[in-house]
Amino acid sequence: MDRLLEIKDLELHYFTSKGVVRAVDKLSFQLNRGETLGVVGESGCGKTTVATALLNMPTPPGRIVGGEILLDGMNILALSEMETRRKVRWEKISIVFQGAMNCLTPVYTIGRQMMETLQQHREMTKGEAQARIQKYTSLVGLPDHVLKRYPHELSGGMKQRVVIATALFLEPAVVICDEPTTALDVVVQAQIINLLKELKQRLRLSFLFITHDLAIEAEVADRIMVMYAGRAAEIGTNEQIYGVQGPTHPYTQKLLGATPRLHERVEELAFIPGTPPDLVDPPGGCRFHPRCSVAMARCSQDEVPLREIEPEHLVACWRAFHA
Amino acid sequence: MPETILEVRELKKWFAVKRSLSQVMQGERTWVKALDGVTFSVEKGEIFGLVGESGCGKTTTGKLIMKLLEPTEGKIVFQGKDATHLKAGELARYRGQVQMIFQDPYASMNPRFRIRDVLMEPLVIHKVGESGAERMAWAEHALEAVRLIPPEEFLERFPHMLSGGQRQRAATARTLMLSPRLIVADEPVSMIDLSTRAEILHTMKGLQKELGLTYLYITHDLSTARYFTNRLAVMYLGKIAEMGVADDVVDGPLHPYTKALIAAVCEPVSGKVGVMKEVPIKGEIPAATNIPPGCRFHPRCLYAQAPCWEEEEPALEEVTPGHLVACRLWKEIASGAARPT
Repeated sequence: MDRLLEIKDLELHYFTSKGVVRAVDKLSFQLNRGETLGVVGESGCGKTTVATALLNMPTPPGRIVGGEILLDGMNILALSEMETRRKVRWEKISIVFQGAMNCLTPVYTIGRQMMETLQQHREMTKGEAQARIQKYTSLVGLPDHVLKRYPHELSGGMKQRVVIATALFLEPAVVICDEPTTALDVVVQAQIINLLKELKQRLRLSFLFITHDLAIEAEVADRIMVMYAGRAAEIGTNEQIYGVQGPTHPYTQKLLGATPRLHERVEELAFIPGTPPDLVDPPGGCRFHPRCSVAMARCSQDEVPLREIEPEHLVACWRAFHA
Repeated sequence: MPETILEVRELKKWFAVKRSLSQVMQGERTWVKALDGVTFSVEKGEIFGLVGESGCGKTTTGKLIMKLLEPTEGKIVFQGKDATHLKAGELARYRGQVQMIFQDPYASMNPRFRIRDVLMEPLVIHKVGESGAERMAWAEHALEAVRLIPPEEFLERFPHMLSGGQRQRAATARTLMLSPRLIVADEPVSMIDLSTRAEILHTMKGLQKELGLTYLYITHDLSTARYFTNRLAVMYLGKIAEMGVADDVVDGPLHPYTKALIAAVCEPVSGKVGVMKEVPIKGEIPAATNIPPGCRFHPRCLYAQAPCWEEEEPALEEVTPGHLVACRLWKEIASGAARPT
């Protein structure tokens, strides 16, 4: 496997008036070249925070307080702001933000906004920039006349394609997608999912695909990381999470049980009682134990490590280790 | 014989588009036909779903039934009485019987009210209950009904002190305060975390059984609609495309639009990463100011033939008892005689 991005013991804390929120707490994972890694979890589990950390752009009052992010072996957290801008942000790692359709400025045409992005980063003649813009707009399936339009003249799906095209301009190795389809209708959502699949194959891109929806992840992600309270609960391949055998961590199992399936009539959907913990003062032991229906005595006492239980399958659950 | 609680007949809501001076001079008018003739009825004690994409008119229907909007045309009959146009006094009585759960639990409660004030306000407005103590007892009871237990703990809290799921349950408790007959729930779980979504729906279902409530469940999500509703109507561009028992519609869709919607849904099963999702639909949803002639779905339909755009719009046709579809080609599509292009 060709390892592109390696995250080691990443810690990102928010320093709020209520105390230190440990939004990402000693998180380690890898992203390989040409794969899509899905990141799933409930709101507040730290999935978007991870995305901001990968761009070394934590939202205040957040700060990265520990760990390493290695991009092709280079620790991007050790770079200065100028170097990050020149070498990493948008150059190597770009992002499609949540509700990205709304981050286009309403007063410029699409073409002008795209031109601005390119000219900020590249010494290009207008003609060269124009050519590149056209290449990527057609790659994401947009007609040329879109460049002359203003954002309000486009539908949600088209705006999302514009934002995806913009994220590809500088030919990055990694594209982070943070809930790229949440605000879209199902039919448009399916089209965007297809587009991302196609781009992955054609350009050999790596994606970090963040969503709260396990059903979408099943469609796009080669591997899935399930996050809970700032940590990874389970990391596995698509087959290990969604296959007949089912996932291993009780949290993943419950989350999957709570996901409604269209083609299956169920009398009752499962739900997880309680709410995710306050990350100012998270519970000791396994962070999921207060909501876990199969917790043992050990779960409330000992911190649980993330361990490989079979090739490519990592789980943080005492019960799984004992089984 | 099941009793009909709500009947909606040929309901229309057109919004006028702002005109420029020259348009006013020339007497031009354009309309956003948000709802363009919808007919359905809801039986007492059932959960009826309105499913569709944004702009299909599902929320407009909910608002018309809540009497938050006045219909352009058509009729609303509630418990056998015409409720299309109501005077102030009648409206107050109507609102006591028909209540609404909104999508955003963060915006639907006054942030300066404690939960007990949120719950007791409808009682005060409708002058129900003899004393504060009696009203408080009802509020406690409502919290218990939505499983916010112990109620004393939640009564004194402000909305911001509750999680999204707890807020949505408090909002549900508020709708119960006046013992309504019908609850219009507009996307009640779309902003709630997946892990607690089922809990809310479960609570709502429990209330339906206990109190004999009827729900009109409005959603874009077919998966929860199948799980939660008894019958549902699939809407497209202000009209009903298909309607029937939830299982029939999902397992045996007849309208090409319903088929496309179903194909677009993601399911949490393995083995789909390498393959493209095939959704049998083309183009994008047209603007509601410019509804295509004939069958309004024809520009996006893979099966459309000349009669679809040349002739009148197809009406809802009953295929099997209770299963209705508005497509003139449904038979040919079902038998395989009509092929997608």
